[in-house]
Amino acid sequence: MNLILKNGRLFDPSRGLDQIGDVVLQDDRIRGLGPDIAAAGPGVVDCTGLIVTPGFIDLHVHLREPGFEYKETIETGTRAAAAGGFTAVCAMPNTQPVNDNAGGTAFLLLRAREFGHARLYPIGAITEGSRGERLAALGAMRQAGAVGFSDDGRPVMNAQMLRRALEYSSMFPVPVIEHAEDLHLSAGGSMHAGPRALQLGLRGISSTSEAAMVARDLLLAEEVGGHIHIAHLSTAASVRLVREAKSRGVLVTCEVTPHHFTLCDEDLVPYDANFKMNPPLRGAADREALIAGLADGTIDAIATDHAPHAAHEKLQEFDKAPFGIIGLETALPLSLRLVTEGRLSLARMVDALTCAPARIFHLPGGSLAPGALADLTVFDPAAEWTCDPALSLSKSRNTPFAGWQLTGRPVYTIVGGRLIPNPALAATPPVS
Amino acid sequence: MNHADHLLGIEHLALPRLQHLLDQAAVFQRKPPERVLSGKRLLLLFYESSTRTRTSFEVAARRLGAETVNVSAVASSIDKGESLLDTVYTLRAMTIDGIVVRHASSGAPNLVADHVDVPVINAGDGMHEHPTQALLDAFTILRHRPSIAGLRVAIVGDILHSRVARSNLLLLSRLGAEVRLCGPRTLLPREFAAYGANVSLSYDVEEALGGADVVMVLRIQMERMRESFFPSEAEYVARYSVTRERLRAAQPDALVMHPGPIIRGVEISADVADSPQSVIREQVENGVLIRMAVLQELLGPRL
Repeated sequence: MNLILKNGRLFDPSRGLDQIGDVVLQDDRIRGLGPDIAAAGPGVVDCTGLIVTPGFIDLHVHLREPGFEYKETIETGTRAAAAGGFTAVCAMPNTQPVNDNAGGTAFLLLRAREFGHARLYPIGAITEGSRGERLAALGAMRQAGAVGFSDDGRPVMNAQMLRRALEYSSMFPVPVIEHAEDLHLSAGGSMHAGPRALQLGLRGISSTSEAAMVARDLLLAEEVGGHIHIAHLSTAASVRLVREAKSRGVLVTCEVTPHHFTLCDEDLVPYDANFKMNPPLRGAADREALIAGLADGTIDAIATDHAPHAAHEKLQEFDKAPFGIIGLETALPLSLRLVTEGRLSLARMVDALTCAPARIFHLPGGSLAPGALADLTVFDPAAEWTCDPALSLSKSRNTPFAGWQLTGRPVYTIVGGRLIPNPALAATPPVS
Repeated sequence: MNHADHLLGIEHLALPRLQHLLDQAAVFQRKPPERVLSGKRLLLLFYESSTRTRTSFEVAARRLGAETVNVSAVASSIDKGESLLDTVYTLRAMTIDGIVVRHASSGAPNLVADHVDVPVINAGDGMHEHPTQALLDAFTILRHRPSIAGLRVAIVGDILHSRVARSNLLLLSRLGAEVRLCGPRTLLPREFAAYGANVSLSYDVEEALGGADVVMVLRIQMERMRESFFPSEAEYVARYSVTRERLRAAQPDALVMHPGPIIRGVEISADVADSPQSVIREQVENGVLIRMAVLQELLGPRL
């Protein structure tokens, strides 16, 4: 089937493209694009006033299936992804059982094919059961479709283990993704270590618990020449370390979450576990450094670390509640805030949401070039809306942004040439 | 319900309310109270072991005519894995007029207060606050000094893990005292200096006690320590124990206070604890008066 996106602002930083025009999609590919190349007719979608970009790719989500379907499933998680403009998500392996073998990886792809609203790229575990003791079946998982390896949620504390994982995975080559945290330094912590934690009587997770691990990982990646990807960077020191390593040619990439570049520890509502995530909301200076790092490209990608939890799990004592917040549906407007504030160019924002993730994880998409995968995101940069967790398409509601006035919203998400109007927009104009 | 309907901490306690509680405790000291809480039922929900605080609330409630219901973490559904809120909802359904909460998690009383329609009183939450302790400490000082403003108060011990230190720090500095915190650096993070202009930090006990009008001694909270903060108890005693010798640096009539439980020979020597300067037992008596004032304010008839 053909689809024509008419009169949108075509925006593709990977090709320096920014012009008003049309995109013609045929089956699952982009057929062509240019100013006014298609007439009105069947399959035409009016994109006047909207921005058309390659489909957003989220390098870091938790879909909770298998094992925690009461929090999220592949179906609900990818539906929330599509509503947030994401045409593809990378699913972290900390499910029950952990995705640490080819069967687990194949299961995810099978479920996604049947129930997915967006593409799913599995991330395999680095070690068996993510216990940090023995390497998982990296080659078999790669063959089954894994696009990277991570023990996310748990750092690989054994440096020799990480070194071997970096060496081994460099043969494929896919990145090793590290949740950088020295568990001895962060033990028992539930928010950023600082004056605020001290006052609230909460044990702190120090910035150094992340940066020390980042430093170790950079040294290992440099030594073996493997690709290290640092997940959810949160501290100024981490940004500085990555910037320095990149300048020396170390194969390192990294991501930042919208909540880390939007909020800091002072914004935390006392004892509201919807503000509890790992890494935690850091200090104001860390937040500034993250924005600067995103703007100058030190930080490659924006990833949500979408981490759904049931209401009863979050309605607990702060130190007992699990870490994590949902983020797929708020990523675009929170990113656009930086653009509106003049902290980030639109080109860098779009690059960080689509082109860069595709590039660094070697994924299809991330381009509006003719012949590219017909995964696109069409968003209204001016749409104003209020974040109401009750209306989220995720199964869970754990967001600190409830009640926020947001600007910018996806109108259409197109996955493999299939148009998915944003279900949250009641008045979406019909396809003529 | 808002902050004024509960007592969750000193941080959000308005000055007039604070003053009222201190004044009311003084009234109770002069004449026995009426049974203004007759017919009321107070739930004492203790998730952490406690002798003095629980008993103190219980005595205070009964002296005002209220009935108390004791629920402790041991021998209850809490043991069976029921969540804090589910436990609270269940007990609330049994006609409860107020809840006193002690919990090892900071902020647990705030969570309870957000989900019930009766007053909640924090009887100590994790490392956060212990507001009735700070109130009774201020009340005790005021039995011996005309005013707290200008007093030099040294707080010595495990500051990091202490909710008593945090609440006292907030209350005493608000009332104009100069507060000196003292302990080994591992138990006294530098961020404590951010609490106020009249707050200072010292790692040297003689320096902290120099010219002090009040010396508050805190216990080493081994139960909240997950790793080593100092080499040994013996080294702690050698460097920080408040002894008669060290107390000479303070004002000759300096008050010696301790929220209890006391570990004699560790944070405080026996002779200091039992000296005429020690008001430790008075603190316990005053605890009942302060808690009566709090209970009357929150559960009593509104004037």
